[in-house]
Amino acid sequence: MGVKNVISHILIIAWKDLIELFRNKMALAMLMLMPIFMMAMAGFIFPSSTSMSNISVALVNEDKGSASSMFIDVLERINNSTEMMVLTNASSFDEVRNMIQRGDVEGGIVITRNFSLNLMTGEQGSIIIVTDQSNPQISIALQTGLKAVFDQMGTVLAQKNVEPLNATNSLAVVKPYHVETQGAIPGTFNYFDFMAPGLMAMTVMMSVMTGLPAAISHEREVGTLDGMMVAPIRRLGIILGKTLAQTVRGLLQGILTLILAIALFGVVIHGSILLIFALLFLGVFSFVGLGVVITSFAKDQETAMMVMMTLMFPMMFLSGVFFPIQQMPWYMQSISKALPLTYAITALRKVMVLGADLSAISLEVAVLIGFGTVMTLIALPVFRRAMTK
Amino acid sequence: MHGIEVNNLTKRFGTLVAVDHVSFSVEEGEIFGLLGPNGAGKTTIIRMLSTLTRPTEGTASVGGYDVVKEDGKVRELIGLVSEKMILYDRLTAKENLWFFGRLYNIPGELLNKKIDELLKLVKLTKWKNSQVGTFSTGMRQRINVIRAMLNMPEILFLDEPTLGLDPQSSVEIREFIRKINRENKVTIILTTHMMAEADMLCDRIGIIDYGKIAALDTPINLKKLISGADSTILELEIPNLTTDMIHSIQSLKCVSSVSQNNSTRIKVNANGDDAFDTIIDAIRANKGKIISVKTLEPTLEDVFLQITGHEVRDKADQKIKMKMHRHHMPKTRVR
Ligand SMILES: Nc1ncnc2c1ncn2[C@@H]1O[C@H](COP(=O)(O)OP(=O)(O)O)[C@@H](O)[C@H]1O
Ligand SMILES: [Mg+2]
Repeated sequence: MGVKNVISHILIIAWKDLIELFRNKMALAMLMLMPIFMMAMAGFIFPSSTSMSNISVALVNEDKGSASSMFIDVLERINNSTEMMVLTNASSFDEVRNMIQRGDVEGGIVITRNFSLNLMTGEQGSIIIVTDQSNPQISIALQTGLKAVFDQMGTVLAQKNVEPLNATNSLAVVKPYHVETQGAIPGTFNYFDFMAPGLMAMTVMMSVMTGLPAAISHEREVGTLDGMMVAPIRRLGIILGKTLAQTVRGLLQGILTLILAIALFGVVIHGSILLIFALLFLGVFSFVGLGVVITSFAKDQETAMMVMMTLMFPMMFLSGVFFPIQQMPWYMQSISKALPLTYAITALRKVMVLGADLSAISLEVAVLIGFGTVMTLIALPVFRRAMTK
Repeated sequence: MHGIEVNNLTKRFGTLVAVDHVSFSVEEGEIFGLLGPNGAGKTTIIRMLSTLTRPTEGTASVGGYDVVKEDGKVRELIGLVSEKMILYDRLTAKENLWFFGRLYNIPGELLNKKIDELLKLVKLTKWKNSQVGTFSTGMRQRINVIRAMLNMPEILFLDEPTLGLDPQSSVEIREFIRKINRENKVTIILTTHMMAEADMLCDRIGIIDYGKIAALDTPINLKKLISGADSTILELEIPNLTTDMIHSIQSLKCVSSVSQNNSTRIKVNANGDDAFDTIIDAIRANKGKIISVKTLEPTLEDVFLQITGHEVRDKADQKIKMKMHRHHMPKTRVR
């Protein structure tokens, strides 16, 4: 009887909130725009892979010998196929530095004097890569890209050098092993496959976490919350009803995020869609308590939103949406491990990217349920007290 | 006995004492008014009685149930029209009523019937499916009031039910309040800062000022406080009114208070047989030209002035008003 009533109250409150949402054109537009902006930001600003293209690079050849011209020949041939660089000629190291400072080029390659001579005489030929430290992203891409080129050229040169030995496979002599990367699931993997689950979880949770305090404090400010508070209904019903509405709103955004990720960035889902939604629900549940506590303490809508945003921002980075948490220093990793979002994202990633099933994510699920239950139990009395201040 | 019992009810917000050891009781079937200026503590009392705010001290029972310990029971008995309208602009009139009705677990069929009935009662049937946001304030308040009646409350709280309404709507709301009190036997406790409204509607009135009850009685008895004491209330129009003139009127022994309505009009409360002559003489002596003199019946406003020593509007209005008073009448104690 009691439970049946609470459920009916949850549903009617959610129904009411959703009608309000769908009749609010402005709110609907924002709801659609958020995932689009999010995707655009993540997709076009963050590098989607380490292979960049059309980086303008200055090339200096101080060497007069034949080895350097062969080197440049190979470099240009490789570059023609990858289109990584746009090469410009320069006369000296100093000029390259000036060009970088002026912003004409984003890096440089200097083939030092006596490069050919050194190679002939069995010494090491040296090449300097000039990087633009003010732009670490490109700088790193350039280094990795050029290293690969030099590596390949070194191999070609070495192969030539060992040819007189008459080995059956000169390549095997120079490079005795061959490394190949293969994922746990078939297909190529890009940065987006890594990011999409996190972005989706974040979109849903951010939507609920900003939406819930806003919805409750808004009703408190305009006075309609009193209408629910004077009714003989459970306070839990009010909280869960509003949460349900916000979750539906969040899931709509999550679905939109997913569709964009699939359509624009070729993300492939390997696991069960049902499990993905269940995880999103669970992620929301793990957060609700926190949102309610914040709402209870915040005086008005603005304060609630501000506190929420302040918490969400670091959480976004700490929970491994953009970077694997393994990259962080140990103390950051411990903070990260205390955040429910981390577990939601990890589980989601396992399901979406690796096609994991429920048994493979049981730890994450347990943590999320535990966290959510504890937070809700804390939040209820806090909410009850705050509302009758 | 039921109704409402309030004992030393107190509410502090930090150091501010919004409600200060208030005690009163409201009988079943009564219309009880809390009258006082803005900030007097009326809303806070209503919120404590309707379980929305926890009292700092004291107790209160509504319909025989304690507002803190048995808040759930209290909620089943009451309806609330608070200062802010409890309606969702983007929902239609029907949707709003449906939503709140469902919170009280009224079965669908019965609820539909009740909604139609109530809408008819306030003559808004044809607006049933229009969004409340498109309504005039008067229409919204009518919906708001029937919303509070959905669960057939025994006790209805109305916090400033006609605030900000046009005269026509105010009249309709007042008629509705009287009607449900008479026909549905609903006990009503309402707040207002309008003397006339309290006078018109209430069986008994508690005058509240700075969180305390300054007087409590029927409107007639409250008015007798003044007229019984052979008091005179004059409204004078003097085109060449000066501050000195007001000071000299104020310093007269028979005058209890002087208030200025605008640059040429003053209202004087005085006692005694020769008050009229004395006041006119004083104005003449100050070379004042009197265009008109009116003798007024005492209103609750005068009662309030007499009891609290200041005007009802003085806290509410921002416009600076010259107000002077002396000789407080002995304050009426609450029982
Ligand atoms: N939530 C609150 N926090 C702090 N002060 C409050 C709060 N509610 C009311 N007050 C203060 O208590 C006093 C009484 O307010 P209120 O009960 O609203 O008066 P009224 O309804 O008679 O105008 C006012 O001074 C008001 O500022
Ligand atoms: Mg008030």
